[in-house]
Amino acid sequence: MPDTAAFAKALRDPHALAPSDLRARDGADVAARFAVYRNNVVVGLVEATRQNFPVTEAIVGEDFFAAMARVYIAAAPPASPVISTYGDDFATFLQGFEHVADMPYLADVARLESARRRAYHAADAQPCDPAVFAALPPHCLGGLRVALHPSCRLVRSAHPVVTIWRMNAGEMELGSIESWTGEDALVHRLDDEVRVALLPPGGAAFLQALLAGDNLQDAAAQAFSDASDFDLSASLASLFQAQAITGFTLQDEDHAHD
Amino acid sequence: MSAPFTLPARAGVGFKPQHWPDIFAGPLPGFFEVHAENYMGDGGPAHRRLERLHADSALSIHGVGLSIGGSAPLDTAHLARLVRLCERHAPESFSEHLAWSTHEGVFLNDLLPLPYTRATLDNVCRHIDQTQETLRRRMLLENPATYVTFANSEMSETEFLAAVVARTGCGLLLDVNNVFVSAQNHGFDPGEYLGDFPMHAVGELHLAGHATTPDADGGALLIDAHDRPVDDRVWALYRDVIARIGARPTLIEWDNDVPDWATLRAEAERADAILTRERADA
Repeated sequence: MPDTAAFAKALRDPHALAPSDLRARDGADVAARFAVYRNNVVVGLVEATRQNFPVTEAIVGEDFFAAMARVYIAAAPPASPVISTYGDDFATFLQGFEHVADMPYLADVARLESARRRAYHAADAQPCDPAVFAALPPHCLGGLRVALHPSCRLVRSAHPVVTIWRMNAGEMELGSIESWTGEDALVHRLDDEVRVALLPPGGAAFLQALLAGDNLQDAAAQAFSDASDFDLSASLASLFQAQAITGFTLQDEDHAHD
Repeated sequence: MSAPFTLPARAGVGFKPQHWPDIFAGPLPGFFEVHAENYMGDGGPAHRRLERLHADSALSIHGVGLSIGGSAPLDTAHLARLVRLCERHAPESFSEHLAWSTHEGVFLNDLLPLPYTRATLDNVCRHIDQTQETLRRRMLLENPATYVTFANSEMSETEFLAAVVARTGCGLLLDVNNVFVSAQNHGFDPGEYLGDFPMHAVGELHLAGHATTPDADGGALLIDAHDRPVDDRVWALYRDVIARIGARPTLIEWDNDVPDWATLRAEAERADAILTRERADA
């Protein structure tokens, strides 16, 4: 069936003529009619990108974002009809997009927004009761592996991405950033809301190790080598507070707790 | 497969998260409809809201991405997502479009038209058979709003739809606004189209607003925009259809420039009034 192939090809090429097998009523212009579809496709995908990256849009402005999104959707159109998750590679696109080269933090903001969207749609899981954890004999703790909530995502940045995101998401007053240092975030869902938690020194290395399945002792060692002032008990306490720990396994026994 | 349509013959509305929780301030509409593709995540608040709505109202899941009219085989990963969604929420109805939206693995995010030929009919029927067998339920197929036609079409849209129903046993979702939009755009009489429509298969109707732009000769080109109230001429066609076939589930679709809940609810009440009058007359 060549019909839809010609149609699809002409849709995606703004300079292509309308396919020759199309018709419109007397007095109408086939090219103008075909342009309605071409416009729908572009406007629809720009809108989908906009909805998925509202803070990136707030930073660059509506018109610039729309122009940028047009380049992106031509380069990396969606491969899936699940458009609510379109744009996982938008951050990578931004990294190589010369017109935003003066905003090296923009790709990380987009990465944070991708993480937020994924966290929103992630599976549900019951948090683990900290009392169960507290009751464990201390010698067991090092070998413990924790299960993190499926919504948990780690975003690391050489830029103050959390502050930039908060300011442009309306969660914090806009202002100049005094100390331009890298920020890491735990993105997760709590009480049906996606949260962005700024991680303390060593926090990202710790979380990265836990997400990779390392036990507490190994994860803490990596955190300390990343930041000598890493605070293990404070980091664990924040994870419990965030209800991000959903279970744990003791290394020496094949015994899972929920 | 032959299970009857189970949406109530009342007015329903397309659910928009921004209307939560205003929805619960008054009586709920007869049903809620959602786009399948917005609920394909593993979990989270979207599914919980759907469960809450479905506890007190019927639910219609309306797909916009299966590309039933496409020449390529159906995306089996997407079909599997639809199975999972239908198993999770057990909706009273599942519907999709006589259109295509994916080509060579690229999702174009629009409902695109197809020629009505014996070859496309075979293809569409194969896709509907596969969908109904995979979902283990009878689906509804919606008539499209179109801006162009194809030189090689061998039959009318209503003939095509009637053949699909006869061969696959699927039902139809009659979008009255789409009929009006296509009729204006292609210069045919919407009343005649509705006269030819296989009404026995209609399990749901859609009503929506359309935008108007100038056509090449200064006439009106209608765009299926879902961004405003239903046009009075579409209401008139709807009243005629209901008088002819009796009360059927009717959805108010309002997807862009979405109004507040009260405005949307009022539009649904207008459809409900027509349905109630029809039931009283019957």
